[in-house]
Amino acid sequence: MIVATVFIIVKLDRLMTAVMMMGFFSLLSSCIFMILDAVDVAFTEAAVGAGASTIFFLAALAIVGRTSKKRKKEKTLMPLAVVICTGAVLIYATFDMPYFGTADAPIHQHVAPRYLQESGDEVGPPNIVTSVLASYRGYDTFGEAGVVFTAFIGVLLLLGAGTRKSGLERPDPPNAKVESMRQKIVLREVADLLIAPVLIFSLYVQWHGDYGPGGGFQAGVIFASVIFLYALIYGIVPAQQLFPPRKLAYFPALGLLLYAAVGLASMAMGGNFLDYSVLMPDPHDGQHYGILIIELGIGITVAAVMINIFFSLSERSL
Amino acid sequence: MIEQLPAIQLLLTLLAAPICSMLRNGDQSWRLATIVSWASVAIAGALLHQVWGGGNDISYHMGGWPPPWGIEVVVDELTAIVLLLVTLFGALVMTALRESLSTIMRHQRQSLYYTSFLLCMASLIGITLTGDAFNVFVFLEISSLATYTLIARGRDRRALTAAFRYLIMGTIGATFILIAIGFMYMLTGTLNMADLAERLPEHRDSRVLHASFAFFTVGIALKIALFPLHYWLPNAYTYAPKATTAFLAATATKVSLYVMIRFVFDVYGVEFSFQQMQLGTLLVPLSLAGILIASLTAIFQSDAKRLLAWSSVAQLGYMSLGVGLLNLNGLTASITHMFNHAMMKAGLFLALATMIYRVQSSQLTSLAGIGRTMPLTTGAFTVLGIGLIGVPFTAGFISKWYLITGALDKGWLPVAVLLIISSLMAIVYIGKMIDVMYFKPAPEEFSNVREAPMSMLIPCWIFALLTLYFGLDTRITAGLAGRVAANLLGAS
Repeated sequence: MIVATVFIIVKLDRLMTAVMMMGFFSLLSSCIFMILDAVDVAFTEAAVGAGASTIFFLAALAIVGRTSKKRKKEKTLMPLAVVICTGAVLIYATFDMPYFGTADAPIHQHVAPRYLQESGDEVGPPNIVTSVLASYRGYDTFGEAGVVFTAFIGVLLLLGAGTRKSGLERPDPPNAKVESMRQKIVLREVADLLIAPVLIFSLYVQWHGDYGPGGGFQAGVIFASVIFLYALIYGIVPAQQLFPPRKLAYFPALGLLLYAAVGLASMAMGGNFLDYSVLMPDPHDGQHYGILIIELGIGITVAAVMINIFFSLSERSL
Repeated sequence: MIEQLPAIQLLLTLLAAPICSMLRNGDQSWRLATIVSWASVAIAGALLHQVWGGGNDISYHMGGWPPPWGIEVVVDELTAIVLLLVTLFGALVMTALRESLSTIMRHQRQSLYYTSFLLCMASLIGITLTGDAFNVFVFLEISSLATYTLIARGRDRRALTAAFRYLIMGTIGATFILIAIGFMYMLTGTLNMADLAERLPEHRDSRVLHASFAFFTVGIALKIALFPLHYWLPNAYTYAPKATTAFLAATATKVSLYVMIRFVFDVYGVEFSFQQMQLGTLLVPLSLAGILIASLTAIFQSDAKRLLAWSSVAQLGYMSLGVGLLNLNGLTASITHMFNHAMMKAGLFLALATMIYRVQSSQLTSLAGIGRTMPLTTGAFTVLGIGLIGVPFTAGFISKWYLITGALDKGWLPVAVLLIISSLMAIVYIGKMIDVMYFKPAPEEFSNVREAPMSMLIPCWIFALLTLYFGLDTRITAGLAGRVAANLLGAS
């Protein structure tokens, strides 16, 4: 199905439909991740791929228009050859790969056993994914938060949110599409029903990342997508009243700094960067609080970045 | 405190970035960014001092977890020299950046621009420092994103297309590198570079490793802009705003080259890369072709920035050729040239940006006669240009000398001859620019441009003087590069 979806996306002329199919594609891949037992990844893919990025694409479409222009036939032979070569190399490599799911594959032999057996004692959280992500490889995760932040700076610099008048200061746009959504009773009622529980759910995902799938990235995206929903139904202006863009622009930086502050604190306490064990007298408590705070930092950064990007895209389209 | 230096090296710039983004005043954030950049230079210097002489590498365990469970940061001599390269040249460009930006950007935008700049610098430092294969990819993402942003902010709408093209190419490159790392992880179950190096040899006949190597080579070649995968570079450099080009030309491709050297020599191992996979037979002809074709293209350019960009493609060819030669002198030349070329090309682009700051155009016709109106800037430009050609007593000479010696060591006389021919071509294209600048009459509207402000002139001249200095004193460049090269080759 994934392959079929990709072909449909490539063939489609109407961008709107293509975007919808992309959302479908993300949902399918998140199912695959689910089957592969990578629950956390599936979670993220569903929230980011099927949820947030679809909305970004739609917002971008509102700026550029719905259909793509017909273009002259370009040379397709060379790219096709490159793609086929790449695929061939990938398939060539699969012949020597260990069978899927075999226990004696090298990835299950070397580093992973310690993660599985000792992370409970060394780090604490029952969700081992969280231990690896936030503690063993916390530096990578710090980098990933940096990636999100960099993307935000890029969007801000190129599209320029906050430098224009925000929605509050402008007169209401006449006949804007978002405004008319308010009249649709069914949409409004369903949204009203959804918004509060999903907000609470995002907080649950945020704080419960230690025990079940979830954490800052997922929670941030879920939180942001509620705001998207709210903005789509009630219009961008009330949403901006809720989160003034000018102030919101500080939050991605604050989240990243919060993450780093934990690392700096552990350096000040005599440990290495992001060594949470030294934060508290009992290393377990240290790890626990450290992970909670950095997850919060990630959550703030991700949510704020998402909402910011959404605002700056929709400001452009108004 | 001393043992925390590697972490501080990264954190200074990486944390200054979000703070910068919160400052709404462009001047304030410039001040912060400049101070932080120079502080990083000091730390890079301290790290270089610590590892100087070889044998006392620093290993820093992020999060307190020992490798291979946690992420390790490793500083050896090669790391330290690349760190010095990134921070020093970044700081010099940053110092000049304020004047350069003031004409094209509003104050608030400027803070964001400095933020991107700092993020780019921090991520390059991160890539250089890390001893973990996946961590390379994480910072590669930051640096790519920051670079796209920096390029896309060019004054011209064409900058957007250039940035988009780079984005596509860069993303393909990064994805290939990720696939390569994933394959390695599949074989060994570890991501730590030193650990990988130990565990990979037993899989040398595995097709997965072969595919991993192929993906890595293509991916990193895209990032380095090795001929023939260089198509994004000339446009990106031409349309990137002013002084930014100087920074990108100095650092981004060099750090990618560093990653290639690290992986090819340290992770995959010399024997695997060069004997089994025959990387040398691929690199040498392609580099030579790149050197000659790019130099030839440079000669026929009428836009000064584009000319220098093509010259960069050619110079990158020198570096990959040195790697491909696989002997002591060749590799020494690569590493030395990595540093020297970063210095000279950053200086050239910066001097050019200074001229463009006054005349608002990078066409050679508008730069005519600028040697009389802006004598100091043009003077610096000339010194750096002579360095790039490789005239004795400049830094460029040192690296070319080692490269030609390396080719002769192999007994490859034609290669040495081609190198000399390419140097002659460099004389032609640099000479063409200097000729226009000094001996053509200035166009009417630019006949009374003034000399550039001090904050731009001084960095230009620092670059020029460094070029002369490293032409005479080669302890830091070639001396260190020689030790590193012996180490890399001996590790096999």
